[in-house]
Amino acid sequence: ASPVARDSSFPSSGEMAALKEEVEEKKKLIATLRNKPWRMKRRLTLLKEAQDFVEKFEGALGKGKGRKLFAFKVMMAKKLIKLKRDFENFKTACIPWEGKIKDVESHFGSSVASYFIFLRWMYGLNMVLLGLMFGLVVVPEVLMGLPYGSIPRKTVPREEQATAMDYSTLTDFEGYFKYSILFYGYYNNERQIGLLKFRLPLSYLLVGVGIFGYSLMVVIRTMARNANEGGDGGDEGDFTFSWKMFTSWDYLIGNPETADNKYASITTSFKESIVDEQMNQKDENIHLRRFLRVLANVLILCSLGGSGYLIYYVVKRSQVFANMNKDDLTWMEKNEVEFVMSLLGLVCPPLFEAIAELEDYHPRIALKWQLGRIFALFLGNLYTFLFALFDEVNAKLESEKDIKNATILALNEYAANYSSYYNTTNVPPQNVHPADVIRGPCWETAVGKEFVKLTVSDIQVTYLTILVGDFLRAVIVRFLNYCWCWDLEAGFPSYGEFDISGNVLGLIFNQGMIWMGAFYAPGLVGLNILRLLSSMYYQTWAVMCTNVPHERVFKASGSNNFYMGLLLLVLFLSLLPVVYTIMTLSPSFDCGPFSGQEKMYDVVMETIDQDLPAFIGNIFVYATNPGLIMPAVLLMVLALYYLNAVSKGYQQANIDLKKKMQMAREEEKNRRNNKDSTNQVMKDLEDLLPNKSLIPPPAEEDRSPKVKPGAAGKGVHLQRDVSLAAPNPRDPVTRDPGPRRGPPENARGPQPGQD
Amino acid sequence: VCRETTVESSMKRDNKPNCPVLVPSVILHSRYRELAPHLVPLDYTNNPDIRVPLALIVAMPELKENPFRDRIVETFSEDGHGNLSFNDFVDMFSALCETSPRELKTIYAFKIYDFNRDSFICKEDLRKTLNKLTKGDLTPEEVTLVCDKSIEEADLDGDSKLSFSDFENMISKAPDFLSNFHVRI
Repeated sequence: ASPVARDSSFPSSGEMAALKEEVEEKKKLIATLRNKPWRMKRRLTLLKEAQDFVEKFEGALGKGKGRKLFAFKVMMAKKLIKLKRDFENFKTACIPWEGKIKDVESHFGSSVASYFIFLRWMYGLNMVLLGLMFGLVVVPEVLMGLPYGSIPRKTVPREEQATAMDYSTLTDFEGYFKYSILFYGYYNNERQIGLLKFRLPLSYLLVGVGIFGYSLMVVIRTMARNANEGGDGGDEGDFTFSWKMFTSWDYLIGNPETADNKYASITTSFKESIVDEQMNQKDENIHLRRFLRVLANVLILCSLGGSGYLIYYVVKRSQVFANMNKDDLTWMEKNEVEFVMSLLGLVCPPLFEAIAELEDYHPRIALKWQLGRIFALFLGNLYTFLFALFDEVNAKLESEKDIKNATILALNEYAANYSSYYNTTNVPPQNVHPADVIRGPCWETAVGKEFVKLTVSDIQVTYLTILVGDFLRAVIVRFLNYCWCWDLEAGFPSYGEFDISGNVLGLIFNQGMIWMGAFYAPGLVGLNILRLLSSMYYQTWAVMCTNVPHERVFKASGSNNFYMGLLLLVLFLSLLPVVYTIMTLSPSFDCGPFSGQEKMYDVVMETIDQDLPAFIGNIFVYATNPGLIMPAVLLMVLALYYLNAVSKGYQQANIDLKKKMQMAREEEKNRRNNKDSTNQVMKDLEDLLPNKSLIPPPAEEDRSPKVKPGAAGKGVHLQRDVSLAAPNPRDPVTRDPGPRRGPPENARGPQPGQD
Repeated sequence: VCRETTVESSMKRDNKPNCPVLVPSVILHSRYRELAPHLVPLDYTNNPDIRVPLALIVAMPELKENPFRDRIVETFSEDGHGNLSFNDFVDMFSALCETSPRELKTIYAFKIYDFNRDSFICKEDLRKTLNKLTKGDLTPEEVTLVCDKSIEEADLDGDSKLSFSDFENMISKAPDFLSNFHVRI
């Protein structure tokens, strides 16, 4: 009964407190109403009741004590809640491609759809990177920097102008593309540009580093979220059959063909587990198997080494070609590097799969090996490519020195000529058209160009593969089937299945290349966005039109975090080259935002010295003092060690608790079955004891059946109409009935040892 | 639909826009009406007591391929025979939706798999579940083996059937449960 506030008097403080509490309770009820497993009708009546109550008494509570303020606060809180909810709704409505993904999901199940969800996530990540790069680097340069043609670095050189607009030049990213915002070389090194005094070089450097920082943060946050949701990846073997029984059916399936496949795969999976269960470990020829596995690994290492060498060779050749006249080269020779890399990416994975037949692993383990090998292949190829590229960069840096000398020489000559001709010492600056100035080799643009070309060829190869490998194949199978000797649909080519792991790995490595190349080619991020966008539409069309659902629905367990882990690794590996170049290589002298500096990060030093107040400069000087850095590093190492120890402690506690639960469970089971104990040690001990009747009854605490280990805790109320099985006697009967005693002091039964 | 929407004009209730309970939205109502346009009125102001029969509900594209569709609809129906009123319909989809909490899904999963509705999943329930999942492809010995193994794995209190707490303990560790036990509408 809630106290009713009368108009004339106001309620005492005690009543107020009780009233407040009830109002809070009702509010909590309203908030959790959604989670209760009640019928809608009941929920709605309760909701109405609770809301009426809250409305009636919330106002009353405010009576007499700043009521207006209270009412105002309440109203603002309500408005805020509504605003939040509307915003959440809006956010959900903004998520793109939800319908498309649902379509794919219902036809192909959740594992294929997970690729498209990953693609969408990548698209979101790249949008933010695009915003950073374009908003802070490209747009300021375009709006506030000098226009095309005003300075040498922004103009196509005279000798190239004739061919600058040709299609072949443009596809090679030379000509007008090379001297545009796409590449590093276009950006000017003026410290501050425009009305806003925007510091472009500083912004360029910070955005380049910030891209990595943001990506790192997002990837780790997603990994943490996945790890929390995935259930505590506990003992896999413990519940094989129960999980197959209750969680194998994918409720999202809405397509009869997919459903049939799912039935078949569930049946197969059950049969596999049954056979596993019944099988004895056959003692096969271990030596043969081991030999075959070693052989397979050797073969694969050879092919990895071979592919690495091939790439190195091809890149070296391309450097030779770069020095020859462009017109003498065939298309093949110009694009050799990209062609070879894509070819390797296409040919090697099936080769690895074929070799892996020798190994005879369990399919899930074989899949992991396969993924690992493909990863190693891509990684090896990428890094070989990078090393070869670095040779090229060093060569360019060398030639730059020569050109620098040549330029200085030319300038001195001009000054000498001028002063000797006009007989003055005051030499006006040389008036040369920007297109005629001698150019340095600009290695950063060259590197950026390589990455852009690689990305473009990767896109082309992917799309072509889908077109030929899936679409053409489906067309052939479908239409040639009428006039072919064997059934194409059931037999040899048949329709393709969607290669989830291949596509995900391709996506991950594409992102790695973007991360590496974004510093040297700001336009690359924009290119990637276009690629992801078109990929989404193209691949959803291809999947629905040309693929069939998997026959064997295979899932590497916990695969979500597996791919995220790969992405993290790739992020880290693509960070290294960029940081290395920022720290050690000197920028070109005549192109890019850092031209003229010794090292690229000098821009930051300059800013600190000139633009920031003096004491910040002092802070940085102190911060870079080794005497400060070493203790800081030491502290971090200690913190790491401590956290590691704590985490180990938690793991151990977990294991202990699990063991306890296991023991309690077994004890329960055996108590019900009227055995003395299951534990072999205890059994032995009991056998050793001379007189069984002296065994004290087991302690009461172990026995409470109210809270079973791992039972449903708070918030779950299931009506139990039927009680458990007939109650068993509380203790095992181990003693003869003793003499009667008076009323027991504690209900726990006879004291031990007093028999 | 799993968003918390405010009251739509088709369901005239009191003007309480702040209730976080899943109030039915236009989409669900139109889907419900699609099933039986002659039965379901456009205007729900008077909360008419209309129930759409089981046969029409299990023909929905989201449910028609599901081997447990009969059990799902029966579980959410008030009369236990699968005739859903609009409230039950909303209940069903909100419990099965992606953002529905794990505890709620576990409770309803237990109810669905409990064929004889005795609050326990006994061997017979397991047998029925398995036969629905494999469309009778397994031999009787294999079926018995699987059922026995399942009970052995999950049964904590040793009564050779699964109570809710056994089920909950087993399901809470399953990695696929949340992603598989969800229907998108």
